[in-house]
Amino acid sequence: MSPAAPGKTASPLRHVMRNPGGIVAASVLVVIALAVILAPLIAPQNPFDLKSFDVLDSGIPPSWLAGGDERFLLGTDAQGRDLWSAVLYGTRISLTVGLFAVVIQAAIGVPLGLLAGYAGGRADTVVTRAADIQLSLSTLMMAIIALALFRAALGGESLGRFAVPLLVVVIGVAEWPHFARTARAATQVEAAKDYVRAARALGIGTLGLMWRHILPNIASPLIVIAATQMAGAIMAEAALSFLGLGMPVTKPSLGTLIRSGYDLMFAGAWWITIIPGLVLIGLLVSVNGLGDALRDALDPRRRAL
Amino acid sequence: MRALAAGLGFAAGRLVQAMLVMLAILVIAFAVRSALGDPLREIMGEAVPESERAELRHELGLDAPWPVQLARYLGGAVQGDLGTSTIYKRPTLEVILAKFPASFELVLGASLIVLLLSLPAGIYCAVRPRAWGARLILAISVLGISIPVFLTGIFLITIFSVWLGWLPAFGRGETVRLGFWETGLLTADGLEHLILPALTLSSIMLPLFIRLVRGAMLDELGHDYVRTARAKGASPLRVWLSHALRNALLPLAAIGGLQIGTLIAYTLLTETVFQWPGMGFLFLEAVTRADIPLITTYLVFVGLLFVVTNTLVDIVSLLLDPRIGLEGER
Repeated sequence: MSPAAPGKTASPLRHVMRNPGGIVAASVLVVIALAVILAPLIAPQNPFDLKSFDVLDSGIPPSWLAGGDERFLLGTDAQGRDLWSAVLYGTRISLTVGLFAVVIQAAIGVPLGLLAGYAGGRADTVVTRAADIQLSLSTLMMAIIALALFRAALGGESLGRFAVPLLVVVIGVAEWPHFARTARAATQVEAAKDYVRAARALGIGTLGLMWRHILPNIASPLIVIAATQMAGAIMAEAALSFLGLGMPVTKPSLGTLIRSGYDLMFAGAWWITIIPGLVLIGLLVSVNGLGDALRDALDPRRRAL
Repeated sequence: MRALAAGLGFAAGRLVQAMLVMLAILVIAFAVRSALGDPLREIMGEAVPESERAELRHELGLDAPWPVQLARYLGGAVQGDLGTSTIYKRPTLEVILAKFPASFELVLGASLIVLLLSLPAGIYCAVRPRAWGARLILAISVLGISIPVFLTGIFLITIFSVWLGWLPAFGRGETVRLGFWETGLLTADGLEHLILPALTLSSIMLPLFIRLVRGAMLDELGHDYVRTARAKGASPLRVWLSHALRNALLPLAAIGGLQIGTLIAYTLLTETVFQWPGMGFLFLEAVTRADIPLITTYLVFVGLLFVVTNTLVDIVSLLLDPRIGLEGER
């Protein structure tokens, strides 16, 4: 996603590495990313395959507690699913939805922001106004309504089947204004600089100028926004799944696991809810932490602090 | 005089805009209803012969062209008739309004907590930015932003209901009827039930408001009038509260009002965690059981809340600060 040259990212990366919070956040994320990518190798069972687990194993506590079973490190959920496997695959879904949603946000928002910032005038007015309206509509509320209508129209089963693409689109489309605003502000600054005027004088077309020359120079603030937006998208997916409007019980994300365990919490089976909950918080805190560290590293004014 | 006319014109323009938005929402609700709902099934159920269906369809005017049906729907909407719920067999608006007090009291409780905590915390962080406590408050609010509201609720229930057994985890408790308004604020049991949900809902708004109060106060404290007031010998506390805070409150109220959509979504999540019998809980029930009239009425009602709040914020901002209107006109 970042079009910046390798030589450019090296220095901010070093700055992130000098920030203790940034190091912790980045390491946690690397571990999570590795675990999620290698999930099929690490996980003892495939939690999406109904044949691989047995209802008779349901509600077993984590292995270090009384009644625990060494086959199930973190215990099992209400269906007898190994919770450790379910958390690995669930985190995978949360990250996938978050990543693709942010890609869609950027794909809509960055070109619009470039256009608004570079062309100005009426294009600027239209994009800015549309961004204001979209932001006032509250993404979570729009997503809830869109998925609720989908579910009411086609039933919970169809919603389950199309949950991943639906969640990606619903969270992706509504959140473009943040990218558009950031890209617009940065483009306005860049457009006034000499290199842009020089490029224009050399006869480089507007599109080429925006894409090849301005975009690489506004990449830093966009990367920072991407981290914040990623955290927001992961949180939105979890909330929607918790409401029963996202991932189905047969293919649980972290939000679905929290919801399905919540019914059993008062029967004493706290781990089905609390463990995925802690993983979700860890994921969100480290994504936000990395975003903060990146902002400090990429913003020269903050670097001095 | 000219400023007054401009102001009135601005307010009138906003009202027209609000009505157009409401019209658009109603048309969308009508489209959803026509596409998804079958009013005949709502009334007669499945097991009725086709001839009888056709008869009733004609009687009810359901075979009329859609513009006629839309006109009828809009006419009904103006009189507060938005259809009949298939679950409750009662007018949908009545069903939703009966749940409104529960949601409203939850939001009220959360807002009180936010107000009582964010003002002192935000002011403190602004006037003592380098103090240890201020840094701690900001660090906690960063953490607060990272915790989804439903998890906050679940953790609070785990600690205060499951482990300690101090507070109830579900429902509204004992309520009292005051006319059409069913309140939980007048009984000890109702208030006890409100504590955890209100805390949960406030937890998601608090970090934002602490930052807003802090930012607004920092802005105001840099102005000349604050220095003048200090030079005149006004005590620091007086300067902060009666000078700077008063000027900082307006943008705060505006931003708070514009967050209404997000607030409704978070209220819905909180109501789900605590099985709080409010509008959001009702909406999810309607979704699960495919009660199309109830779903569309909820959309219209939430749309109305949204439009009214945004219009009020705009007009009140104009009344208190004429510059906003003039800038908007340009």
